[in-house]
Amino acid sequence: MRFITIDKNSWANGLENLYGNYRLFGPVKNNNQHFFKELAKGELPDFNYLNTRLSPKSLVFPQTEIMFEFSLDENDEQHHILKEINKDYSPRALIGIRPCDAASFMLVKRNFDTPEYKDNYWLHAYESTIFAGLACDNPCNTCFCTSAGCGPFHEDGLDLLLVDEGDKFIVKILTPKGDNFINSAGWETEADPTASEKIIAEMQIKAEEKIASSVSTDKLKNKSTIKLYDGTFWDDIAFACINCGTCTYVCPTCWCFDIQDEVTRNSGIRIRNWDSCMYPLFTLHGTGYNPRNTKMQRVRQRFMHKLKYYVDKYGDGIQCVGCGRCIRLCPVNIDIRKVCDIMNNYEG
Amino acid sequence: MSDYTSKIKEISERLLKEEKVEIIIGFRKGTVPMMNEPCFVKTPEDVKELVWDSNCGINLANYLTGRKEKIAIIAKGCDSRNIVTHIIENKIKREQLLIIGVPCKGMIDKNKITSMFENEIMEVSEDKENITVKGEGFEKTLNKNDVLQENCKICVHRNPVIYDELAADLIDEQKVDRYEDVRKIEAMSPEEKWSYFDDLLSPCIRCYACRNACPLCYCPTCFVDESMPQWVGKSIDPVDTRTFHLLRAYHCAGRCTDCGACERACPMGIKVRLFTKKLEKDCLELYGWQAGLSLNERPPLDTYRPDDPEDFIK
Repeated sequence: MRFITIDKNSWANGLENLYGNYRLFGPVKNNNQHFFKELAKGELPDFNYLNTRLSPKSLVFPQTEIMFEFSLDENDEQHHILKEINKDYSPRALIGIRPCDAASFMLVKRNFDTPEYKDNYWLHAYESTIFAGLACDNPCNTCFCTSAGCGPFHEDGLDLLLVDEGDKFIVKILTPKGDNFINSAGWETEADPTASEKIIAEMQIKAEEKIASSVSTDKLKNKSTIKLYDGTFWDDIAFACINCGTCTYVCPTCWCFDIQDEVTRNSGIRIRNWDSCMYPLFTLHGTGYNPRNTKMQRVRQRFMHKLKYYVDKYGDGIQCVGCGRCIRLCPVNIDIRKVCDIMNNYEG
Repeated sequence: MSDYTSKIKEISERLLKEEKVEIIIGFRKGTVPMMNEPCFVKTPEDVKELVWDSNCGINLANYLTGRKEKIAIIAKGCDSRNIVTHIIENKIKREQLLIIGVPCKGMIDKNKITSMFENEIMEVSEDKENITVKGEGFEKTLNKNDVLQENCKICVHRNPVIYDELAADLIDEQKVDRYEDVRKIEAMSPEEKWSYFDDLLSPCIRCYACRNACPLCYCPTCFVDESMPQWVGKSIDPVDTRTFHLLRAYHCAGRCTDCGACERACPMGIKVRLFTKKLEKDCLELYGWQAGLSLNERPPLDTYRPDDPEDFIK
């Protein structure tokens, strides 16, 4: 494993060198909240943040994405033919992504990159992206990554990990993509791997100790799906829910979308938009029948998917990385930590 | 606030024991600072869950729509006005309800308090007029009146307008200028207004938290969800986002009580009340109307009076 250090005085210079070779994205503060956005030349990512308000999933899976365009003008030889849209899949880098958010891309990949189906929009965007992580030494009180198969220094999904050590970053380079990125920036102060590992391990322990909340997930796999589905606790959990899409839209691991055609006069586009299992329309059939017609059914679906169906289908833990956004932003304080513990301990 | 909580528990326990109601709708303590969770209680033993403090900003009238049982609901001033509106609009029957009125001293603004501190807030407690905020390496006491939600600061109906029980003595109502911010926008040129509202809505993610937190938004199918015909696009195209917000506001004209639930619910911190407030001001100026004050009067937009203003007909 290769380690380097970046003196913070040479940070801006390195980013400058990267600018022509990559589109750079990083956390930027706007109205007291941090968001990932494309950095203009000379603009620096702001690392003084806990986590971004929205997850960076939209950079690979945009909330609205045009898939095709078409003409309905019958004088046009190509009318009614769906045409691909040219997209910018040039190399880009997400700088300062938190390990939980990086890990979420690996979860989402299970859905968009399967042996049977490949979602080319997601895959092309994903493959053109470098994930330059920023280790998290100051987690929020809603973070529970360490019990959600992740952690503040977790490396899954990252090409390199930046660890903030006062006046410099220690960088652990994890993939050849990460190596190219570092070389392209011109950062070349090699660091001793053993000493760096040791410093990082110590910081990691400190960061993990700061994570105050957790979920219990150990019994979910062996629970009966039907018993959980019929659990007596759902009415109580779902009562407060207003069925907005906040939890699903701020979640880095929610991947559902809807496809729509929008037509203006004689031309149109086919787009896909994020969808949410919280909306009645999500499951409304053409007949008018809705298999998830009540709020409780929809709330149950969200938690059953993340905490049971996914667990059973992939055998690799819950569909959650513990970023805590849904807890912080739910307008009515529905807390996935509480729900997960209820499900894990349910003996109905 | 603890005296409010104990009185609410006492009334709720009595109502359940005497089988006056089947369910109490109130709040329980939240899992994160400055948040409580709307909840229901069905047995006297569970009454202990109920709380009341300055984090009960969600409008509970929203949880009444279409319910069939006999319900006790805890209602601050704005909730009570929305209950009145619900009754007028046939969303619930007065006979079904036992209203536990809460004279309200205002709800605190979570976004505002969060933005005042560099570090994360770990704990918020309150004692009469003081809010104490704690986090790693800091502790600060704030005057509650300085950190109220914007709508609470200018609220003129803090006392419930309709109730069967009271959780505390009624309080004095405020005399305030409610529309300073609306007048500022009214004074803008059309171009300025356009760019002002564009900026205001630019963070919107179309999650519909504003719509769904609103007790007025109970249509079986909202116009944005209609598919035949599809009135509004579903992407985050600014035209569609704008259309959603403006039409939503117009649907609330003459019905909005400025409870602030929409603004409180917005995960992006958008000041969505600025839309509804203009219409609320118009209704007051044109019809002398404030929504949800009386069960005996029809809202101005569903009645005709010979002296209705008609200056808009040119």
